[in-house]
Amino acid sequence: MTSEKPRAIVAGHGAFAEGILSAVEQIAGRGDCFVAVSNAGLAAGDIESKLRALLDSTGAQVIFTDLLAGSCTIAARRIQRDRPGLVLVTGAALPTILSFACGGDVLKAAEQGRAAIMVVEAKRDA
Amino acid sequence: MTLELFRIDDRLVHGQVVVGWGQPCSIGFLVLVDDEVVRSEWEQELYRMGVPPEMDLYFDSVESAARRLPEYRADRRTGMLLTGDIDTMARLVAAAPGIRTVTVGGVHHKPGRLPRSRYVFLTPDEEARLQALAERGVTVVAQDVPQAAATPLDVMLRGEGPT
Repeated sequence: MTSEKPRAIVAGHGAFAEGILSAVEQIAGRGDCFVAVSNAGLAAGDIESKLRALLDSTGAQVIFTDLLAGSCTIAARRIQRDRPGLVLVTGAALPTILSFACGGDVLKAAEQGRAAIMVVEAKRDA
Repeated sequence: MTLELFRIDDRLVHGQVVVGWGQPCSIGFLVLVDDEVVRSEWEQELYRMGVPPEMDLYFDSVESAARRLPEYRADRRTGMLLTGDIDTMARLVAAAPGIRTVTVGGVHHKPGRLPRSRYVFLTPDEEARLQALAERGVTVVAQDVPQAAATPLDVMLRGEGPT
C-alpha cells in the first residue's frame, strides 16, 4: 500500500466506490490514491456538501463518478460551477480508475477505460 | 401510454429515475416541476446532461405543469412527472385535478425529519401534507424502484416500509 495523499474522489451508488477502491488496492496497492463516497441515503445537497468537504480536506482536483445521470455526477457538476479547475470523469469503471491510480492522466485513463469495453462472443464450431 | 407516474424525489433526475425506471418502463419523457429550476437555464442544462437522447425532459412551474397536464396525458409515450418536495406535488394536485397516485421515491434525511423507511424521512408537517393528499382521494405510496413493492401511506407512516 502506498501512503500518498488522495488524488481523487470516487463517488457513486451503493458500495460502488468502496468496491472499486478495494479492487485498485488488490491489483496495484494504490487504493489510498482515492477517497470513496457513496450517495446512499443522502439528499442531493448532502452529497454536494460531502464532496466539497473532501475536496477541501484532500486537495483532490478530480472526481470519478459511476453514472452520467447519477446524483453524484449532478453534485460534481454543481461544484464545478465555482471550482473551474475541478475535473469530472463520469461513467468510470475499474480500468479508468486503475489507470489513473497508476500514473495515467485523466484523459489517458478515460481513453483506457473506453478501450477496455469489449463484447466477446464465443465462436461457434462450424 | 400516457403520463403515468407522479414522483416526489429530492434528487429529481438521477440514476433511479433515468435508468431504474426509465429502461424497464420505457419512459419516453420526464416532466420536472420546480419553480426555481424552470427559471434557470443552467439548472436545466445540468439535468439534461444525464438524460439519454431518446428521452425528452420538459421543465415546468407548478402553474405551467397544471396547464400542460392534458397535453402530457395525451402523449402516446410513457411519462414520469417529478417534484423535488411534497409541497410542490401537493400544490400541483390542488391545481390539476385527476392525479390519482403519487409515489414518494426519495425524501432523504435532514434535521427535523424522522425515518419512515430507508429512503423516506418526514417532518410532522410533511406527514400531514401526505395525509391531506390521501384525504383528497389520491393514493400515496412509497416506492424507490419498480422492482420494489409499493408501500401504502399508512404502512409508511408507521415506519414499517422498506429498511
